[in-house]
Amino acid sequence: MSNTSDPSPRIAGHPGSQVSRRGFLGGTLAVAAAGIGLSACASPVAAGLIGSKIDPGTVDYWNLFGGGDGIRMEAMEAGFQATHRDIGLQSVTLAWGNPYYTKLSLATLGAQPPNVAISHLTRMKTLVAANLLQELHPEDLARHGMSADKFNRRAWNTGLVNGRIYAIPLDTHPFVCFYNTQVCKKAGLLDAQGKLKPIQGEAAFLDALNRAKQASGQYGAVIAITNENATPWRIFQTLYSQLGGQVLADDGRRIVLDDAKATRALKLLASLNTKGLIPGSMDYQGSIALFAGGKAAFFFQGEWEITTFQTAKTPFGMAPFPNVLGGTYAVQADSHTLVLPKNPKQNRADLDRALTFVRSMLDQSGTWAEGGHVPAWLPYRNSADYAKLTPQSNYASTADFAVYDPQAWYSGSGSDFETIVGGTVGAVIAGQLQPAAGIAQIRSKLQVLARTDPPT
Amino acid sequence: MTTQIIARPAATPRSKKVLDSGRGGRPALGFLAPFVILYLLFVIGPALYGLLMSFFGTSLVRPGLGTFAGLRNYAEALGSSDFWSSLWHTVWFTILTTPPLVVIGFVFALLAERVSHGKWFFRLAFFAPYILPSAVMALIWVWLYTPDLGLISAALAKISITAPTWLGDPNWAMISIAIATIWWTLGFNFVLYLAGLQDIPRELYEAASMDGAGRFQQIRHITIPLLARTTTLVIVLQVIASLKVFDQMYIMTGGGPNFSTRPALQYIYDIGFTDYRVGYGAAASTLFFILVLAVSMVWFVMTRRQERQA
Repeated sequence: MSNTSDPSPRIAGHPGSQVSRRGFLGGTLAVAAAGIGLSACASPVAAGLIGSKIDPGTVDYWNLFGGGDGIRMEAMEAGFQATHRDIGLQSVTLAWGNPYYTKLSLATLGAQPPNVAISHLTRMKTLVAANLLQELHPEDLARHGMSADKFNRRAWNTGLVNGRIYAIPLDTHPFVCFYNTQVCKKAGLLDAQGKLKPIQGEAAFLDALNRAKQASGQYGAVIAITNENATPWRIFQTLYSQLGGQVLADDGRRIVLDDAKATRALKLLASLNTKGLIPGSMDYQGSIALFAGGKAAFFFQGEWEITTFQTAKTPFGMAPFPNVLGGTYAVQADSHTLVLPKNPKQNRADLDRALTFVRSMLDQSGTWAEGGHVPAWLPYRNSADYAKLTPQSNYASTADFAVYDPQAWYSGSGSDFETIVGGTVGAVIAGQLQPAAGIAQIRSKLQVLARTDPPT
Repeated sequence: MTTQIIARPAATPRSKKVLDSGRGGRPALGFLAPFVILYLLFVIGPALYGLLMSFFGTSLVRPGLGTFAGLRNYAEALGSSDFWSSLWHTVWFTILTTPPLVVIGFVFALLAERVSHGKWFFRLAFFAPYILPSAVMALIWVWLYTPDLGLISAALAKISITAPTWLGDPNWAMISIAIATIWWTLGFNFVLYLAGLQDIPRELYEAASMDGAGRFQQIRHITIPLLARTTTLVIVLQVIASLKVFDQMYIMTGGGPNFSTRPALQYIYDIGFTDYRVGYGAAASTLFFILVLAVSMVWFVMTRRQERQA
């Protein structure tokens, strides 16, 4: 820098050096070009630079599974590789929730999507609205032995958009009732086979929790409500849907929250806390620890926590979440689906490889079902093997009564919608908000999103 | 500092002539071109396009600018409690990190300057964390902060102190991230102060000690006043760096728990890329840009005043 006034250029010719500047630059470029050329078929860096595919003939697969699901998904990927040695597999596991969908959207917009990706059914519709997913044609699916009649009807039909297929459901994951068999036995809530006696109606539900509370000496049940939005939403949606309530209409442009029904569901939930049947402050991890330690007889959560309690050797069983509020049985659920993002470079062979992979995942539904998810693939769902898989198959029938999140650009698993409604419901259960104030808060916060032009 | 040394020859009449004459102008432009083109293409261009988008309901997933929204995006941002709370998180983080980073950077530079043996080791030790990528630094601190098992909680448990759940508690999460950030970026201010210290002539200290000034008097009356320009630079660079916080929060907490550590930049990211609302996101980032610009103006005014005094 201090050379600005120095007329003699010092850089150009080092005495004794045989390499001229031009020669050096040219050589460097040649080496770089050769490097890119040589590694074009293998190196992800080079592929990223020149926009080629990392490895043609390979299925790129993105998912968001951690914990027990992550381990089982890896086993299924290994199963695919063992049976399809001619097809390579590049699997990427990304962080769950919004960040996953952000990455999937951006990769697809940037024309570098994976061949197959996992998507929650409730998020898949937003991806379709954003024009990011391929339509799957029945004739292509038929080549791989997949057709509508081989899937759980509820999951399949909910996944259709204007009658078109965009996603292959892998499972249904409903909200369920975990019960501690030792505590429930003491409370006289089990039948002769050691299974939970069916609970029907509000009075029976409260009675069961009361007796369970006596037996555990602490709480009847536990629900994660602190620093947690999804769980309060799941239990609210379950109870509210049993009354036949809806939250959104017109793809999220209209809020149709029914005050009377919502009040009834919220009052029941808040009363569980005021009566001391559930703890008034409990985060997700704490709720697991409390149930595993036998200090609460019931644990209401998605079925995926089965692995946690199996590992912890908790004496537990699983049952459908009871029909507490009467009407037609309903329970909150979502599904994991396999989707094919839009890819301008895809040819017929790529499509068939992707569908082969999808079919292989379905064929391994047995592995997947161990994690608690109700398989959507009927050839396995209706098999004797699955019937023998307990407690997982105890609640399999609830998949037919699954209620999915209402459709909107801002709804779905882990979305703003769940944050708003679940956060408010959590505050009502904790006693920080009265049910009426909670409903007003839900409505005013959702109104902001409902009024916004859908960006898709 | 080195800038002072360069400034003098640049002001000589000879070099001025080179800059002014048409003879040197064209080659100069040629040499500048690679930078100017990239700067226009990747900084000025997108910035103007972003400003344009902020007046439209632009969607990430639809082509074109979308429908004209006028000032509606700005009205929505200014009326959004989420926008204001994320802006406050950024400002709060800046308040938490700037004073310690400036003061500790100064103190460590003083100490490292006084060391007689192995000076290089201390310089390297304090500067080394700064060269870590944010993901590596986040990984280290997430492990340190792990409840029960983590090094910090385990150490505190040994002396019978129950540690908070550092990153899981809304009241502690921001403080925990601030502590990690101080460790990470201290090195930069440290190096600036070291350079500043080396510019202070030795004779001043010798003269002061002959006059009977003690160590602390020397620091108070010589070191601190003569480092005033460095301090201004350090504070302003630090404020701007802290306002730009994103990486460590996104990686360590994802903005949680319950959005208590979501900075303004992540709000813009969430709106623009997760919700696909790039038009509105552009409006929010324009508002944020105005804040950073205001801070930079303060720096500009301060340095101008100092230069006039000098």
